[in-house]
Amino acid sequence: MPASNRYGYEDLPGLMSLMSGDEKHDHAAASTLDVLWVLYDRVLRLSPKTLGSASRDRFYLSKGHGPMAYYAVLAAKGFLGVDELAGYGGFGSVLGWHPDRNLLPGAEISSGSLGHGLPLAVGTALGLRASGLTGARVFVLIGDGELDEGSNHEAIAFAGRRGLDQLNAVVVDNASATHGWPGGIEKRFSIEGWSATRADGRNHAALEEALTAPHPGRPHVVVAAIRKASP
Amino acid sequence: MTAGQIDAPPVENMRERFVRVTTDLLDQDPRLAVVLADITAEAFEPARRRHPDRVVNLGIREQLLVSVAGGLALAGLRPVAHTFASFLIERAFEQIKLDVVHQGVGAVLVSAGASYDDAAYGRTHQAPGDVALLGTLPGWTVHVPGHPDEAARLLRDAAAADGLVYLRLSLDSNAAALAVEGNAFTVLRSGARGTVIAVGPLADEVLMATQGMDVTVLYAATIRPFDGPTLRATLGTAAVVLIEPYLAGTSVPAVAEALTDIPHRVLGLGVGREELRRYGTRAEHRAAHGLDAASLRARIGGFLAASCPPGGTHGRARSHAA
Repeated sequence: MPASNRYGYEDLPGLMSLMSGDEKHDHAAASTLDVLWVLYDRVLRLSPKTLGSASRDRFYLSKGHGPMAYYAVLAAKGFLGVDELAGYGGFGSVLGWHPDRNLLPGAEISSGSLGHGLPLAVGTALGLRASGLTGARVFVLIGDGELDEGSNHEAIAFAGRRGLDQLNAVVVDNASATHGWPGGIEKRFSIEGWSATRADGRNHAALEEALTAPHPGRPHVVVAAIRKASP
Repeated sequence: MTAGQIDAPPVENMRERFVRVTTDLLDQDPRLAVVLADITAEAFEPARRRHPDRVVNLGIREQLLVSVAGGLALAGLRPVAHTFASFLIERAFEQIKLDVVHQGVGAVLVSAGASYDDAAYGRTHQAPGDVALLGTLPGWTVHVPGHPDEAARLLRDAAAADGLVYLRLSLDSNAAALAVEGNAFTVLRSGARGTVIAVGPLADEVLMATQGMDVTVLYAATIRPFDGPTLRATLGTAAVVLIEPYLAGTSVPAVAEALTDIPHRVLGLGVGREELRRYGTRAEHRAAHGLDAASLRARIGGFLAASCPPGGTHGRARSHAA
């Protein structure tokens, strides 16, 4: 494999194979892989060197389940040593089945329990604005099943009405919500005042375009559609 | 206006003082941010007009209230989140555990309503379990001020610090503020037959209840961390009565921990676990839970009288929680 600053998208499966995970988490990890890569490779103004900068972009992984793809991207981008990957889930490892920001500096939040990342991101977007850091953005990744948690809807309604334009959400939609979202996930956001769009969750150019679309005066959501793997 | 004038004593309850002091602090400290969920929002309106980005009313959204406090802290601000204790601590408990404590950030949580401040509202607005719940989490400093002046001082200290602080405000108050140094207990009286620890606004009732008794009376406006050293340093007969204005027995484990190597007896008094299913007034609820001076006097007296002579067969440490 190449040196840590030279990893590309094609190296991610290899990095993921260095980790051992439980089977149920594998599919979830894969659904987020392309979104994570596009964010870290093309969208986020963030590098291991700027991790301590107040004006950096933030990425909050709310859907903390299946973090292998996340860890692989962090390793590929130099936030994490590749030699850490093999310890995944171990007692002495910084890489748990759900990330802990106090163990892993590249992780901006600790997550795992669903429905916490978006509300936290609302607070951070408010804090950045209050600090005059209006150029910094917050991106938060959630799942369509995770949207079941009511805490998200407190955040969606408030952020929209408040016009938090530094806030960006990506909903990875692999149709896993038990009762579904008739009429589309976008509608839950747009009715509250968000800018909302849908993109193919595997198409890097489409994701980049959707994630960087201007949305003055409003928070923005991208629903990244993932086709269910065939049984 | 000087800080001294702001803290001057017009008759205000703790919540009103909280609004006034916080409004003042917002002018001085650009790091401070206040998050509300409609409760007390009207009183904060002048502050919000001056600092629209740092006084945020989220509407009736208490999960978001605590998460936003965590998110603000992640962005480097010092959040103060406020609503009734029942919604702040009980409804949003997982947010406290995960979005504040587990993230490793600090916050100031300021509650109103206490155990039965607005007794006529009923059970939904009563939160006697708040301090016990926070006690399951690491790192919290828990203040239970007994007077608006104490609340003001504790609030200023909390706003200037970085850690996890819970400030439990009540409509109940002692007649005068008591001298409090840091998080230490204050010795109100010294005696030989036992120690009575009065927490926050119950101090006046306890002083009345123990009139003429040969006991040490300690006052706690801060119950976490628990001032074990002062308890030990002032201990005569190792019989301790702990009187807390929230769930009875909440801090009995802290007494036990402070006295691990000393055979002792302890009685934890406070708000009962059972629902009263009564409305009425604070005074009626205080009496119903046996926390009025007359009931306290009987319960403290009975507990101390039950002390066995040294070396007696029943002299081993026993634990009671009432």
